[in-house]
Amino acid sequence: MGALLGVLLAGLTLVSLFVGVSDVTPASLLAGGADGTAAFLLAASRAPRTVAVLLAGASLGIAGLIMQMLVRNKFVEPGTTGVTEFATFGMLLTTVLAPGLSVMGKAGVAAVFGLLGTWVFLRVIRAVPVRQLVLVPLVGIMLGGVVAALTTFVAYRLDLLQSLGQWAQGSFTTVMAGRYELVWLAGAMVVVAWFAADRFSVVGLGEEMATNLGLSYRRVVAVGMVVIAVITATVLVTAGMIPFLGLVVPNVVSLVIGDNVRRSIGWVAGTGALLVLACDIVARTVRFPYEIPLSVIVGVVGAGLFLWLLLRRRSRAH
Amino acid sequence: MIALEKVTKRYGSTTVVDDVSLTFGGEGVAALIGPNGAGKSTLFSLVGRLLTADGGRVLVDGRDVTTAPSRELATTLAVLRQDNHVGARLTVGDLVEFGRFPHCGGRLTATDRDHVERAIDYLGLEPFRGRFLDELSGGQRQRAFIAMVLAQDTRYVLLDEPLNNLDLRHMTDMMKLLRRMADELDKRVIVVLHDINFAATYADRIVAMRDGRVVADAPAREVMTAEVLRSVYDAAVDVREIDGRPVALYYS
Repeated sequence: MGALLGVLLAGLTLVSLFVGVSDVTPASLLAGGADGTAAFLLAASRAPRTVAVLLAGASLGIAGLIMQMLVRNKFVEPGTTGVTEFATFGMLLTTVLAPGLSVMGKAGVAAVFGLLGTWVFLRVIRAVPVRQLVLVPLVGIMLGGVVAALTTFVAYRLDLLQSLGQWAQGSFTTVMAGRYELVWLAGAMVVVAWFAADRFSVVGLGEEMATNLGLSYRRVVAVGMVVIAVITATVLVTAGMIPFLGLVVPNVVSLVIGDNVRRSIGWVAGTGALLVLACDIVARTVRFPYEIPLSVIVGVVGAGLFLWLLLRRRSRAH
Repeated sequence: MIALEKVTKRYGSTTVVDDVSLTFGGEGVAALIGPNGAGKSTLFSLVGRLLTADGGRVLVDGRDVTTAPSRELATTLAVLRQDNHVGARLTVGDLVEFGRFPHCGGRLTATDRDHVERAIDYLGLEPFRGRFLDELSGGQRQRAFIAMVLAQDTRYVLLDEPLNNLDLRHMTDMMKLLRRMADELDKRVIVVLHDINFAATYADRIVAMRDGRVVADAPAREVMTAEVLRSVYDAAVDVREIDGRPVALYYS
């Protein structure tokens, strides 16, 4: 199964490099040489885009996985807990208050707000103990709704609704060399998560069990919150919102592999990358030579998978 | 030795553990009994550093649990709470391996694997090793948690109501197992029990709590008298001798 995932990823990566309006094919690359148009396009646009898509997909899956371990609930991800909305609000603030800020600076502010959002969410579900599993993400969605309403209000008053609309639509269309490098930071967070995999599994057993095993629960939760916030912010700044991914990918992997993070993390990263890459290729080809936003495709696929998971869970667990 | 020195814990204005001084570690199996709300679970939480005391201190082998490094404590003291609900889909093998976390931090060495094998073997979990926890029966799941604690390889094992949700046979099996852990593996098992007859049959010592205080602390046989049990539970308990063993009757 692992080999299959690898082959699919490699294959779609190649496809992604050679799909587009301009003529970039192995043949044109060979003909043009290292200084030709094809080689330039490959280095400036196609390769960065493909890398960005892969890293964003992998890291969003990981963000969802870690959040699910921290909250001990299968229905949470940055998008259902208000984290994305908080980060968006942070981005709006930078646009208003510090429009000259570098991309890095914007992502930094968005990450700080994402962190704040994670913290608020964790506080809220601690203060309001909800017994039913599905109520936890509902609380998160309500929290996100409040923040999103505030964001919309501010954007409306300042005539920035268009920017807001742009962020809400995740798309890698504008990704080019020079303005995608930020996603490497999300990639770095994946590495952090990889090293802390066992700790996240133990935290997933609950605070009491983690303490019994000598783990500093608070510290692991803090690391997890930073990982989630940085991934959410960097993907938001680079591509915009990509819905459902963090929810669906870890759940599907969990069904097959289980929740031992050390074992599942590679699968989550690989499946996330594969899913986003496949959706991105569809977004680029379905109305060729035009593109439709990636978030539309991911939304359709993700919502379908999510519904399936929900219905399946109901028939089994209740 | 686990020593509680004048330990007090309050929630708001209610004192749940009231100036308790106790030591554990002298005998193989010690049972903690008492009515609901007597402070038994809170006492466990205090020993297991899940709560901090408002007064007094808890020492494990001479070290204060609030200041000793948590991971080192986890190699001498294991606390298993009641109703361990794990939502994560983990296999029995995964869970038992996590018991080695305090020793290896996740990367299992050959010694760690030995301990895991022995724990799985000891609880007869080999056939279920690859099963997910949510696919097990209550008794099997409880055994998986005990195996995890066993793999943790601690001298002191604290179990909060391990008989919860178990049927007659599994309750007896569990108590026998705790007895064996004490006798064969030289563990010091401290266990919260509601069934005083199980406590009387399998424990060396019974500590009875009521309203946050220790009201009786003696060898099992001495606690099993109508007067003591009545003062602990505030209910009529009849103690009869059957086959030379005291049996409490509290069904009528």
